[in-house]
Amino acid sequence: MSILKQLEEESIYIIREVAGQFNNPCLLFSGGKDSITLLHLAQKAFAPASIPFPLVHIDTGHNFPETIALRDKLVAEHDLRLIIGSVQDDINAGNVIEEKGKHASRNSLQTTTLLNTIESYKFDACMGGARRDEEKARAKERVFSVRDDFGQWNEKLQRPELFDMLNGMIQNGENVRVFPISNWTELDVWDYIRQEKLEIPTIYYAHEREVFLRDNQWMPVSKYVQVEDNDKRQVTSVRFRTVGDMSCTAAVLSEATALDDIIEEIGGSKFSERGARMDDRRSEAAMEERKKVGYF
Amino acid sequence: MELIKIATAGSVDDGKSTLIGRLLYETGSLKTDQIQHIEEKSTARGFGYLDLSLATDGLLTEREQGITIDVSHIFFSTPKRRFIIADSPGHVEYTRNMVTGTSNAQASIILIDARKGVIEQTKRHFFITQLLGIKQIIFAVNKMDLVDYNEAIFNEIKSALLILTEKHGKEGVNYYFTPVSALHNENIIDASEKLHWHKGAPLLSLIESLPIETNKAHDGAFQIQYVIRPKREELHDYRGFAGNVRSGSFTVGDPINIHPTGRKSIIKRIEKYGNPVDKITAGENGTILLVDEIDASRGDSILNQQANINKGKSLSATFCWMQDSPLAVGNKYWLQQGVQRSLVKVKSLRSKIDLQALEHQQTNQLELNDIGKGALALAQPIISKSYADNPALGAFILIDPQTFNTAGVGFIEKA
Ligand SMILES: Nc1nc2c(ncn2[C@@H]2O[C@H](COP(=O)(O)OP(=O)(O)O)[C@@H](O)[C@H]2O)c(=O)[nH]1
Repeated sequence: MSILKQLEEESIYIIREVAGQFNNPCLLFSGGKDSITLLHLAQKAFAPASIPFPLVHIDTGHNFPETIALRDKLVAEHDLRLIIGSVQDDINAGNVIEEKGKHASRNSLQTTTLLNTIESYKFDACMGGARRDEEKARAKERVFSVRDDFGQWNEKLQRPELFDMLNGMIQNGENVRVFPISNWTELDVWDYIRQEKLEIPTIYYAHEREVFLRDNQWMPVSKYVQVEDNDKRQVTSVRFRTVGDMSCTAAVLSEATALDDIIEEIGGSKFSERGARMDDRRSEAAMEERKKVGYF
Repeated sequence: MELIKIATAGSVDDGKSTLIGRLLYETGSLKTDQIQHIEEKSTARGFGYLDLSLATDGLLTEREQGITIDVSHIFFSTPKRRFIIADSPGHVEYTRNMVTGTSNAQASIILIDARKGVIEQTKRHFFITQLLGIKQIIFAVNKMDLVDYNEAIFNEIKSALLILTEKHGKEGVNYYFTPVSALHNENIIDASEKLHWHKGAPLLSLIESLPIETNKAHDGAFQIQYVIRPKREELHDYRGFAGNVRSGSFTVGDPINIHPTGRKSIIKRIEKYGNPVDKITAGENGTILLVDEIDASRGDSILNQQANINKGKSLSATFCWMQDSPLAVGNKYWLQQGVQRSLVKVKSLRSKIDLQALEHQQTNQLELNDIGKGALALAQPIISKSYADNPALGAFILIDPQTFNTAGVGFIEKA
């Protein structure tokens, strides 16, 4: 069996376990390449029926418009149920306070909205597209990661995962984050997108865009980013490696306008994918701290 | 390209993190920002070299303590193979983590400090690989630089290991003995001048060429995960049993029976993700459609009519206990084998293994990190085989009915 086939089999097995073991699961969908891959796997898992759970998008309000366009297209084409949790609504309601200054981002605010959405819809399992190769803290993540009543990741709650047996039994109030593509690498996801001919947001492909250099990262100029007078703006060919919040997602210089070019570039890329996310660079343990409070 | 999962084990400070970091570094698996991080940290700590053990540092708490405390999964690849390393820590109290990390592995690397030789931990680590039926075992004798790359010292350690493997090794296991220096990159990637007396391949070539075992049991067993019933007019009568082939294979036209109802039928159609296929084999997913409208639900199994599988309500097993509250006679748990579950009661406990002497002793309970033998009574019959004959049907987990934690793992013994 090829590695991609093996990974696909493992992921679909996990997704079917989620549908089999939980009463009210959902699929967290950001519109990025990983969640598009996850959605495709879920569709395969239940074919010819449609997927038996909704998509949940935690909307920072700072999205790339290209991502939202594709999200809505997929939802319409495949007759999916979409639930949107809005960070803007939580800001308006005073549940969270917007960060200020030039490094402001809404990534950390997503946590509150995610937890509120889980609570109000009473989801007992949320599938996400995180991978173990993304960041060191993730290397220890389980496939089924149990969260307490407050949505927090607690080391004590983490269960040993033996063989392919997944234990999704939980107490009232607890819920489980599930990572069906844990064992995929970034390159696997790209290879799979090529193999399955999946449509991804156009910002993943090289395009002309106005950017400026901040802390050695190419930041897109947008109304969500505070550009200062001495920042040098320029229009150049770039692409994005992740589709997060526009205010904290950096671009990479690239001429890769086709999947083959991207795959070739990534194969030789010297920066890990998360290196292109500004907010992970704030502190070495950023990811882990956010995980503790419930951001994935 | 193939994928191989390798579990690592060693005592604290034997150099496991350095070895894994070395493999990552030399195979170009570390990215510029990660290397930068290692360089900065190494300089900050006043080292004159790259502290490659930093490549695998994970959780915060662990950084504070400066030790590894859980199973982590580390990826790297060479043009020949993809590797997933399940790194299990070496402390006495973490038998649980090593069993977990090793449960998904096809091979194991056991690290030994050349200055210390075979210690209690080495025996324990080896014993666990045998419990889990690992067939490819590499003993890597590290820090050879600290013993002047001395051949006699290596041979002495090798002799001690051979005594261990002869006494406690299972049949059909391949052993490899390799001297290395993870810190100085000797005999890891390339053959080492300093270890010129060593005839075997360097560690990386060795793991690139290890044979990968598959489940050879041919009893056709398929566990149902989910019943697919599309809510669409044209597929009104569609009832697909979606699940996973644990062992053997299934072909269209095969006569089958359903466990536990015993109903018989014939396979009308097999699909993979909506498309028809002729056959599915061990490890694969599929959706099976039967010629008649038979009822079956999640947790039930579809079995080949010739398959020789146990369906009893009692079983004997070796347990490894993984939670604080002990396993004791009379306790009830949920047993999960694959995707099937049953309530069980502990009927008896025969013995516990003293992991220092590797001897059995009498006991009436198993505590965290204990390994022992006993018997269970089941509320519902499950399909099973002995772990030695069919690992996919021979291992189960026990779930605590109060906390729902995974309390332990069991390996079914021959009836
Ligand atoms: N001299 C020498 N030191 C080593 C070697 N491998 C690791 N070390 C050192 O041994 C110590 C413990 O190594 P580490 O990889 O953190 O051990 P772990 O606890 O098994 O992960 C560190 O100071 C390493 O630099 C080796 O081959 N030779």
